[in-house]
Amino acid sequence: MVFMLRRYSIHLILALAGGAIVYSADQEYLGLYTLSVLMFMGVNVILSTSLNLVNGYMGEFSCGHAGFMAVGAYVSSLLGVWLFAKDRVFGVPLLDPGYALYAFPVLILIGGVAAALAGLLVAVPSYKTRGDYLAIITIAANYIIISAIENIGAIGGSRGFMGMKRLVNSMEDVVDLPWMPIWVIIFTILSVWVIRRYVSSTFGKGVSAICQDEVAAEIMSVNTNKIKTVTFMLSSGIAGIAGGLFAYILGYVNPGSFNILKSTEVLVMVYLGGMGSLSGSILSAILFTILLELLRPLQIIKWIVIPLLLIILMQFRPEGIMGNRELGDLFPRLKKLYRFK
Amino acid sequence: MMAQTLAQTENAPVLEIRGLTQQFGGLTAVNDFNVKLTPGGLSGLIGPNGAGKTTVFNLVSGFYQPTKGQIFIDGVPTAGLKPHKVTALGVARTFQNIRLWNDMTVLDNIRVAQHYRLGYGFFHSIARSKRYQQREDEIAKEAAELLEVFDLQRFALDVPKNLPYGTQRKLEIARALSSHPKLLLLDEPAAGLNSSDVQELIRLIRWIHKKFDVTIWMIEHHMDVMMELCTQIKVIDFGQTIAEGTPETVRNHPAVITAYLGDDNI
Repeated sequence: MVFMLRRYSIHLILALAGGAIVYSADQEYLGLYTLSVLMFMGVNVILSTSLNLVNGYMGEFSCGHAGFMAVGAYVSSLLGVWLFAKDRVFGVPLLDPGYALYAFPVLILIGGVAAALAGLLVAVPSYKTRGDYLAIITIAANYIIISAIENIGAIGGSRGFMGMKRLVNSMEDVVDLPWMPIWVIIFTILSVWVIRRYVSSTFGKGVSAICQDEVAAEIMSVNTNKIKTVTFMLSSGIAGIAGGLFAYILGYVNPGSFNILKSTEVLVMVYLGGMGSLSGSILSAILFTILLELLRPLQIIKWIVIPLLLIILMQFRPEGIMGNRELGDLFPRLKKLYRFK
Repeated sequence: MMAQTLAQTENAPVLEIRGLTQQFGGLTAVNDFNVKLTPGGLSGLIGPNGAGKTTVFNLVSGFYQPTKGQIFIDGVPTAGLKPHKVTALGVARTFQNIRLWNDMTVLDNIRVAQHYRLGYGFFHSIARSKRYQQREDEIAKEAAELLEVFDLQRFALDVPKNLPYGTQRKLEIARALSSHPKLLLLDEPAAGLNSSDVQELIRLIRWIHKKFDVTIWMIEHHMDVMMELCTQIKVIDFGQTIAEGTPETVRNHPAVITAYLGDDNI
């Protein structure tokens, strides 16, 4: 019994918390505002954990994460609207909007796959380039993606693209549940779980080996190019999933929301949480989302306060909240209470 | 084709180098270097500082591509192979300045060195398939066994940077052996060790040589280590082979004395 509880305690907590959120959303205990903050929290958790894979575990410095998010957002939105919603660009839907509910996870995953392919834009140069130089490449990748989208008039260019709300509505027409919170919860858990499994396998430990000594990794039989490709693609692919969810939550995307400022926001979350710590990234994504909302009354001054906080953080606790450790390392007793694999 | 025929020959050399030359810009670091290491040998490579010893090791482990010449591991040419492929052919090495993964546990250091024969890939690691479970169990078991024979098991969950220097050296050798090499290259294993550690290292290398049935080729400046361990020694200076033979011949070879102590005719 104790063993079972330990084994499934995380599942239990997640199921209860997720269930509580969905139930209260369904009963409208939660306002639309609270609900959307909760959903952005999920998106931010996905973004920060996936960026941590590259910046924390692999020790590279990617500052173009929002670019991959944009690819995921646009691919899943365009595909969704083209297939399932009446739209000014694509005209009548190709398929019955009733199928939208079942196709939705596939749409998000396709967005993720497209973003993973876009990740090759950074993965291939990373074979020969490291550190600062690779950081510049990631910024360039971010700009390439944003500029490309801005210059395609058919999908709205810099004005953006909308129509995803219709898809969300048709999902709710089929089964009357708050579908967006449900999908966000599912994909958030899925993303963290995939990353966790990856980095804890001997295969994925190659990522840390590259971070700590790339020459030794290659000499000790780690195929560094392969590991880099897999890691960059996984990281950007998961960012693409976050982008897809983001697009459907807002019902509207424009290239401006995926610029370098957004990438910086994700970077702040990773450094706040601690490099190479998944639980740190989750914690900081949650805190950061709350912080952003609390500072909303400050409007544009917010962007003075938050960077200032970052400076203070770097001065007094450069390793972030968790600093390369997981929750279980910080509180060893907790380890007895759960198993997360 | 040629590779296969060579490999099938009885007693093919574990390592064969023919006419190896490496130039960095105008500098010739290694010039027309030849060697044949028969299985089970324990031989040495010495020379004054900057003679090109480590360059030879870097060439053998695939870290550089030679300007000229060929390298065969067990009869297989390594031209164009990336270092991880060369390791998969059965070459492992240690470094002059220890290069462990300092923030990974000792156990993980040993496990990751089995990377080329994991037998599963990304999707298995996510799905935690049967093959994944089975291989991870085997990897963990093998790593634990290796730590035990090296008497390092009590450090299994420590990170290498907290270990004493001598233990780090030992761990680096253990990590190299974790990749099941046929040929083990030791680059100055006694560097930075005190004399009692050096005695222990000599015992350790001799023990590894027997226990793991591995061919060892080492670079070392401590002549007593070389004299005691090696049966064959090659001496290079400015990339040129200047002498080779048993420790005794090498020690008294005039060219070697000149290379180390200088020419008194100046």
